[in-house]
Amino acid sequence: MAILVFVETQDGKYKKAGLEAVSYAAQMNAGEVTALCIGEHEGLDAVAKIGASSLVVLPDMGHFDAQKVSSAISQVASNLNVDTVVISNSYAGKDIAPQIAGQLKASLATNVVSLPNAQGEVTRGVYSGKAFAQVKLNGAKKVLAITPNSFDILDNTQTAAMKEVDVTISEGGVVLKELKKVTGKIPLTEAEVVISGGRGLKGPENWNLVEDLADELNAATACSKPVSDMEWRPHSEHVGQTGITIKPNLYIAIGISGAIQHLAGVSSSKTIVVINKDPEAPFFKAADYGIVGDAFDVIPKLTEALRNN
Amino acid sequence: MSVVPDTTTKIAFTDNDTKFNTDGVTFIVNPYDELALTKGLEIAEANGGTVTVCHVGSSSSDAAIRKALSIGASEAIRIDAEPLDSQFVASQIAPIAKEYDMVITGRESIDYNGGAVCGLLGAELNWPSVNVVTEIAVADRKATIEHDIDGGREELEVNLPVVVSAQKDLCEPRIPNMKSIMQARMKPLNVVPAIEVTQQSEYHTYDLPPAKQGVKLVDASDPAALVEMLKLEKII
Ligand SMILES: Cc1cc2nc3c(=O)[nH]c(=O)nc-3n(C[C@H](O)[C@H](O)[C@H](O)COP(=O)(O)OP(=O)(O)OC[C@H]3O[C@@H](n4cnc5c(N)ncnc54)[C@H](O)[C@@H]3O)c2cc1C
Repeated sequence: MAILVFVETQDGKYKKAGLEAVSYAAQMNAGEVTALCIGEHEGLDAVAKIGASSLVVLPDMGHFDAQKVSSAISQVASNLNVDTVVISNSYAGKDIAPQIAGQLKASLATNVVSLPNAQGEVTRGVYSGKAFAQVKLNGAKKVLAITPNSFDILDNTQTAAMKEVDVTISEGGVVLKELKKVTGKIPLTEAEVVISGGRGLKGPENWNLVEDLADELNAATACSKPVSDMEWRPHSEHVGQTGITIKPNLYIAIGISGAIQHLAGVSSSKTIVVINKDPEAPFFKAADYGIVGDAFDVIPKLTEALRNN
Repeated sequence: MSVVPDTTTKIAFTDNDTKFNTDGVTFIVNPYDELALTKGLEIAEANGGTVTVCHVGSSSSDAAIRKALSIGASEAIRIDAEPLDSQFVASQIAPIAKEYDMVITGRESIDYNGGAVCGLLGAELNWPSVNVVTEIAVADRKATIEHDIDGGREELEVNLPVVVSAQKDLCEPRIPNMKSIMQARMKPLNVVPAIEVTQQSEYHTYDLPPAKQGVKLVDASDPAALVEMLKLEKII
């Protein structure tokens, strides 16, 4: 048995979600774990420490091109004859996972939040976070996309070896025209802490409250649907059933009522803090901690308390 | 297009948690697929051409399919089978899709959230695929596409044929009117049998997220107490 993990990197560093994927693979206890990276990045030690026994480094391919990357990963998987390919369930991961599954004729599960159980089932998030399903993958080969923030990063003292694998990268037919990175921002799906604002914040001019608090906690910012519909915030921040589903360790909701469609996207958060002036707001029923109060009064004090701490 | 429980549905399961409880549930066209359909119509109107909706499911989806036709699709194809998983759906659609210039799926269905049909179709058809698309313009068989990536957006260019998946922001969904609803009744809804494919996955059981223990309230005059509690629990 053998497992191949694609470790996403950013600015030469392994991404946290990528390391979680390696740890996941190691904990499957299903054979040798090979980590796969593209381009220059941190050394062997870092992936060995979290459970990889070998590392394949493919030459830099320029910007992330899903067609090229999936073809390269599929070639390495075939070459090493692996049974399972593990990928993070990021936008990039969700782009390549189905392509790889198609190329390898493997069974696919995305949104995976558990290790395989004794029956070989994995748990995946369904109904936009409102439920979980236990799924058995039938294929001899499998592709698993792992939800960020679902697994701890192991601390092993293993050694790893470099492996050489030749791949042929052909043009995938998609040409990049322009890259618009939101620099300095933590991607919402991978953030450990998320601060989210709703209609209760009255207007886009008040978002400094959210951003100041986010700065103190090194958090990503999110919003409810009406907030992005009214263009107070970019739609990429919209969480919920028709937006992004997130699973941070801490979700702080400010001036959000807690409608069922909103809760769907955020209820997998480990800890939920709700700040709302209405004690009857439904969100309090889904919260771990709450403050009944006016956001314009509470949030600056909260930010201040964090700054002084 | 897929047909999913309305977004206000309280999710519950029956038969020892092995089946979704459809009691009292209203089924709708998957919200992302309404965007896909509307964008398809805009592209067809600008370039000449027609839009076909394709669905894998039983006759219980016919009302939703008629809705798609009333939004403006010229015809519908329903592959008569239970949609077992994303891979089953993609394999059923692929032989039909290969006759077209472009396939637009939703970013994901809001029931199974696989987000995979677009990429699977791309692999099966050997077409490029681009997911979570927020803008598409087609001219001279070339598509200019904007899509969401981790931490940003990028603009891409690709020759047709291509598979893309629709993300919010792509367009405003079209609302059918009386006339288009009447017209939709006359449009062809072709039912075709499923092809034989290997079943890649089996859904065994379902469960709901654990209920919260009850909220701990902190006085609004003392938000610092919240910071203390979060620190104590090692949450921050
Ligand atoms: C098909 C469909 C899909 C949907 N998908 C989503 C989705 O994905 N995500 C989503 O978020 N919504 C979604 N919705 C919308 C959802 O039903 C709610 O309308 C929405 O979540 C409400 O947003 P909100 O909480 O920001 O606003 P409101 O419901 O207006 O709530 C504002 C809250 O702010 C509080 N407040 C006001 N002033 C203050 C103050 N000064 N200090 C503190 N609190 C204050 C109020 O007490 C209130 O609870 C969807 C709806 C439909 C029909």
